[in-house]
Amino acid sequence: MRDVACVGAGMTIFSRRLKETGKEMCFEAVRMALDEAGLELKDIDTVVCGSAPDAFDGIHMKGENLLDGCGGAKKTYMRVFTGGGTGVLAPIAGWWHVASGVSDVCMVICEEKMSSCFPHPQSAFGHIWDPILERPIQPNLVWIFAMEMNRYMHVHNIKKEDIALVSVKNKGNALDHPSAQLAAKITVDDVLNSEVMAWPVQRLDISPPSDGAAALIFAAGDKVGPITDNPVWVEGVGWCIDSTMWTNRDLYFPQYVAKAAKMAYKMAGIHNPFKEIDVAEPYDPFDYKELHHMEGLLLCKKGEAANLTREGVTQRDGDLPTCPSGGLLGVGNPIAATMGVKAGEIYWQLAGKAGKRQVPDARTGVCQAWGDLMQYGSVMVMRS
Amino acid sequence: MEKYPGEALSSKKMKEVTHEKWNPRVKYAWSCGEAMSRFLNELKKGKLIGRKCHSCGKIYFPPAMFCKFCFKPTDEWVYLPDTGKVMTYSISYLDMHANRIEEPILVGVIDIDGASENMGIMHYFGEMSPDDLTFGMKVKAVWKPEGERTGSVTDIKYFKPLEGSE
Repeated sequence: MRDVACVGAGMTIFSRRLKETGKEMCFEAVRMALDEAGLELKDIDTVVCGSAPDAFDGIHMKGENLLDGCGGAKKTYMRVFTGGGTGVLAPIAGWWHVASGVSDVCMVICEEKMSSCFPHPQSAFGHIWDPILERPIQPNLVWIFAMEMNRYMHVHNIKKEDIALVSVKNKGNALDHPSAQLAAKITVDDVLNSEVMAWPVQRLDISPPSDGAAALIFAAGDKVGPITDNPVWVEGVGWCIDSTMWTNRDLYFPQYVAKAAKMAYKMAGIHNPFKEIDVAEPYDPFDYKELHHMEGLLLCKKGEAANLTREGVTQRDGDLPTCPSGGLLGVGNPIAATMGVKAGEIYWQLAGKAGKRQVPDARTGVCQAWGDLMQYGSVMVMRS
Repeated sequence: MEKYPGEALSSKKMKEVTHEKWNPRVKYAWSCGEAMSRFLNELKKGKLIGRKCHSCGKIYFPPAMFCKFCFKPTDEWVYLPDTGKVMTYSISYLDMHANRIEEPILVGVIDIDGASENMGIMHYFGEMSPDDLTFGMKVKAVWKPEGERTGSVTDIKYFKPLEGSE
């Protein structure tokens, strides 16, 4: 396998609605990444597009619809889609294009435009359920996350106050992100007093639907020299999916994330993740998910993530800065395009380009995404 | 970079700018397959049925025609009681379209008695207040009257507290 480095990144603002079409959003993010890397489209030989359910757009060939904006025409092109997991699976797909020798320079572009589906994109999620067992119950996606959160809280006896600290931290961190949709200085009481959506999930426990796009460029080791003297290397990747029958497993621990993390750490030669990781971007569509995923990423023992958060370990100046971007909770949740605050943020952090969000002396970082029906984990370890 | 690309729109402004609308007109009919067809027909009779794998001994509920662990066909139909315990739950003020509702929906995962561990289904709870709902609580199915059953998971109206349990 060839060495692979990330050499450029770009992203649009994240917003409930954007004026731009999906294609235009892709163009903006790709153009920004090309400019950062000092490249032109002719320097890119393969393109990977990541985008989640077609039902948001009502366009059931979304990869093709977005193609020209992705810069993929007349190139080796594919779309990947694992729901929310796409945000880190798409860059993994970029990695495998280059590591395999198929490609020298690969553009990964992730897009989501959730606002096309109205009045609320939640109605599109109605089409993801099993038609026989689940649809007749008329579920809302928030229900099952609420059930997972409740199970997690119950098994480890974790308080809502401690989980709320994640939302306070991430929305605060997002104040320093130029793309942020929901950056705010809030308190634990604000979270606990916010509207109950589906207990135990309240309004400020949850990330918003968003429009947005993000791009990353991956280059083969021997092609990096002329592009940058500040590459960020992809050192480990892992991905794993559990059964779609989510009612047939205990939701308190994401085993599939742990399996994906072990795969990535083994490749990166990481033996003690808590000590060796300088900065982490676990997937945080809900505040409890950051804790759940820190445990899945083996950054702490089961049930301990809330303690680390309470002790300030996960703050930007703590021992394990977690979601320094502001995450999905603060920057926004355009499903696949969250790549910009996961793999994109780790790239910017390790390249020393994170501006006001910069974590000092970050050399090794991990990012993770989560998706499909609470079953998919994708993990990438990077080093500068 | 000073300003990241993209221009945000409010919902009001969205209505003012040029846009196209489309109402998809498609309908679907799903084949239920062997396991789900038997499962739904048994629900119509007021019964729960699972499926046993002789290789690993697991009893699947809902039933499946193959064991996803052994990756072999399952072997035997097994009737199960209409009782179980609450694995997890939520008290929801959102309906499926994210509309706010006054009376919360009580919903959760019920592990069915007699099936293997962690073999449950999502369903509603009833005849209880939100405060009554607890982890591990014993519950029993409340069925629609026989004449109203259609062969659907909604032939069970909801699960209620099992009488005589704590």
